[in-house]
Amino acid sequence: MIEQFGLAALYPEILLCVMATLIMLLDLAVKTPQRTLTYGLSMLTLAIVAWMEADAAGQGATFYSFGNMVVSDPMGGWLKCFAALATLVTLVYGRPYAADRDMLRGGELFTLSLFALLGMFVMISGNHLVVLYLGLELLTLTSYALVAMRRDHAVATEAAMKYFVLGALASGFLLYGMSMLYGATGSLDISTIFRAVASGQINHQVLMLGVVFLVAGLAFKFGVVPFHMWIPDVYQGAPTVVTLMIGGAPKLAAFAMTLRLLVEGLLPLAMDWQQMLVVLAVASMLIGNLAAIAQTNLKRMLAFSTISQMGFVLIGLLSGVVNGNTAAAANAYSSSMFYIITYVLTTLAAFGVILLLAREGFESEEIADFAGLNQRSPLYAGVMSVCLFSLAGIPPLVGFYAKLSVLQALIASGQALAIPLVIFAVLMSLIGAFYYLRVIKVMYFDAPLTATTVSAGADVRVVLSLNGALILLLGILPGGLMALCARAIVTTLGT
Amino acid sequence: MGLLSLAIWVPICFGAVLLALGRDEHGNAVRWVALIGALVSLAVTLPIYGGFEVGSAALQFVEKTPWIDRFNVFYHLGVDGISLWFVLLTAFITVIVVIAGWEVITERVNQYMGAFLILSGLMIGVFTAMDAMLFYVFFEATLIPMYLIIGIWGGPNKIYAAFKFFLYTLLGSLLMLVALIYLYNASGGSFDLIAWHKLPLAGNVQALLFFAFFAAFAVKVPMWPVHTWLPDVHVEAPTGGSAVLAAIMLKLGAYGFLRFSMPIAPDASHEYAGFMIALSLIAVIYVGLVAMVQQDMKKLVAYSSVAHMGFVTLGFFIFSDLGVSGAIVQMISHGFVSGAMFLSIGVLYDRVHSREIASYGGVVNTMPKFAAFALLFAMANCGLPGTAGFVGEWMVILGAVEYNFWIGMAAATALIFGAAYTLWMVKRVYLGAIANEDVRNLVDINAREFLVMALLAIAVLYMGIYPKPFTDVMDASVADLLQHVAQSKLPK
Repeated sequence: MIEQFGLAALYPEILLCVMATLIMLLDLAVKTPQRTLTYGLSMLTLAIVAWMEADAAGQGATFYSFGNMVVSDPMGGWLKCFAALATLVTLVYGRPYAADRDMLRGGELFTLSLFALLGMFVMISGNHLVVLYLGLELLTLTSYALVAMRRDHAVATEAAMKYFVLGALASGFLLYGMSMLYGATGSLDISTIFRAVASGQINHQVLMLGVVFLVAGLAFKFGVVPFHMWIPDVYQGAPTVVTLMIGGAPKLAAFAMTLRLLVEGLLPLAMDWQQMLVVLAVASMLIGNLAAIAQTNLKRMLAFSTISQMGFVLIGLLSGVVNGNTAAAANAYSSSMFYIITYVLTTLAAFGVILLLAREGFESEEIADFAGLNQRSPLYAGVMSVCLFSLAGIPPLVGFYAKLSVLQALIASGQALAIPLVIFAVLMSLIGAFYYLRVIKVMYFDAPLTATTVSAGADVRVVLSLNGALILLLGILPGGLMALCARAIVTTLGT
Repeated sequence: MGLLSLAIWVPICFGAVLLALGRDEHGNAVRWVALIGALVSLAVTLPIYGGFEVGSAALQFVEKTPWIDRFNVFYHLGVDGISLWFVLLTAFITVIVVIAGWEVITERVNQYMGAFLILSGLMIGVFTAMDAMLFYVFFEATLIPMYLIIGIWGGPNKIYAAFKFFLYTLLGSLLMLVALIYLYNASGGSFDLIAWHKLPLAGNVQALLFFAFFAAFAVKVPMWPVHTWLPDVHVEAPTGGSAVLAAIMLKLGAYGFLRFSMPIAPDASHEYAGFMIALSLIAVIYVGLVAMVQQDMKKLVAYSSVAHMGFVTLGFFIFSDLGVSGAIVQMISHGFVSGAMFLSIGVLYDRVHSREIASYGGVVNTMPKFAAFALLFAMANCGLPGTAGFVGEWMVILGAVEYNFWIGMAAATALIFGAAYTLWMVKRVYLGAIANEDVRNLVDINAREFLVMALLAIAVLYMGIYPKPFTDVMDASVADLLQHVAQSKLPK
């Protein structure tokens, strides 16, 4: 274990914190309605932070600093890099939308987004229960504020309220689980907890109680059944830019936190928490997919689709350990990591198109609003259909390889339930294909309701096209990102 | 870049360019780019035929580079005698479809042409992929352009047809995916098809794999009783879509039986041969009878396709040289003949906008040139000696008689049904007195349609009169396959 007392591992976080504060102050002086200065500074900050993280992750080394409270490893580095990029892309897509809805009267959107990202960074790097919890709270508190940003908008306010109440409950679960762990092992440090649990000297019942609460809290953050109630309402009710802010990058942080807690801390208990994940995964795929069929609101449909996609992520996480043998762990967890990264990439583009079609006074969130999009704008219809085919898991798009890797991990684990579970998962993805195809049908086969062409600023057009192209390109050449995830997870598990 | 890569990627690149070309004001430019693209794609497949070493069972024009390291997936292409003709057939049919859609398609021309070119490249990919994952990616990717082709340019009930096509075939493919992942783990982490052919597998595992592959390929072929999607889809698809679907996409399924089911699970294939033969005979006889009562020309040809593909699967599962070679010849000839049948119906539909047999009568009086071609294709569809349809069916029946007289007998009676429903349709549509005003106002085919018909007619006659070039290339590969399938793979 390399101990490093310097601040080097935390430079990106420090930069982010300083810049977020600076942007908040500078924004007081900004007069332009588009808030170009603070927007530009936010972009610059995010780009630099993403580059710093990528650079650190590329070196492939693991550092601990602040007395083991913070870890900097390739997995964390890449997830932070992608989280920063996702936030950047979200702001690019969301700025025109926010400006149209009077959400840029102050610069809160930028500041809160940067603080939310800081929260994700802390969650991803935490190697200590309290640090993880602090990061999580920073993220969720800023998210509550973001959802409620349109305070004169009844639906958004209701969504914020629901989110806050349920979110607070989930944080309570998590904290309770953490206190159990602390009580049982006498430490808040994840590495120490691991050693204590591995020794087998700890009271199993107390540990299990803690694990149950931890898993429940994490399940809430992922939004898997039965802790999914907030997802549809918040996705639908929040302003679309905030929906993307919540539905995109934070999934990466939730994944990292799950890995830190369940794998790095509690791998010896894997046989126990894997069983819980099986139940969560099956329920999520079933309910997410079935409920999505009934939706007419696209944001709500994508919310249920998220629930089912998270079920697939859990499939990777529950395939790591078989009968106490961790040989397949790296393969399994890296498949989940690949899944979640590509999921975020796809979600960004899908919501990017929704944001683009929304105009002043028109939300464009009903599926019917997309009628005949292909005739109005073949490019954006193309981007949207690439996203939907990818979410449905049709090759040659990246979503297919994500599903392939988690299903491969599950079969390779050789668990008794593996084959039935895989068949269940593919049948569920068949149901999924139905509702994704329905949106494509509306875009391509139906006649348009309006003849207005879709216009977008150059920045949105370029980023959205790149985003769509990347989903296709990663579908044709997925090897690089897969190898990156595999290396990152191997390094993390090796320490 | 090897020739096979060119055959795959040239049409896909042209298709991508067409998609980028944009709106319908440049309709003519788009059509010419599409035609050039299709012709260049056909041209790059010709050296594959020219350079193919006849008499060798080995894979030729092999390209192999790592593709996805983590799963040990290779970009591994190759052709042997079994797949060679399908590469050429696909490129040829694409040219025909582009010409056939020239004036008919007026909306979103670039997307129509682009979809067909991309589809062409993907289907060539299926026929040349020697890595199971690469195969699966191409196999599944074909669904996307076909879904859009049916849904955008299809008939009144197109949306139902597009969904039925997509979901029905996706269900089968997903079960195959489970089998592929299982084999990947069982073979110690490889998607190499040739390694899988040698992998010993226990009997019950082989049976499960056989049925997983059956789910994917039987739906695609389609075999009775999972054929129900085909008539619905054919009726609603645009002419070009029907032609490609019948001519090539159905063959993807049959080809899968040869590449996956039989060599990977030979013991299960023998075990369930009776089951497969029974389903094939039902397709040949029962579906042939169903075809006879159809009122809709496209539906009739769709059912006739199911019956003809029944001959193909029958030929496979009697495990004889004649049977398998005959089945492959039947696949190629059906590619020409069914494509031609659907394009003929398209010619009539463009003019009268009806597919009902009852809307026609006496077409020969107003469209003599067209009726001559249509009659030729109809004869080929019944398997008249001297046309493409005869060779394959005759070989399969001969093989079947050798295998079991009664099976051969049953298959041979189906030829009578085939003749009956085809000729009866010809009588009602083309012959007799002019039935109504629509038919009286018909104009005979123009130069473009004549070109399409003539190209197909040449192919149909050439294959019927001189089938040697078709059968010669496949002999060695078929013998090799059968020798492989005859050996048990059960672990000792």
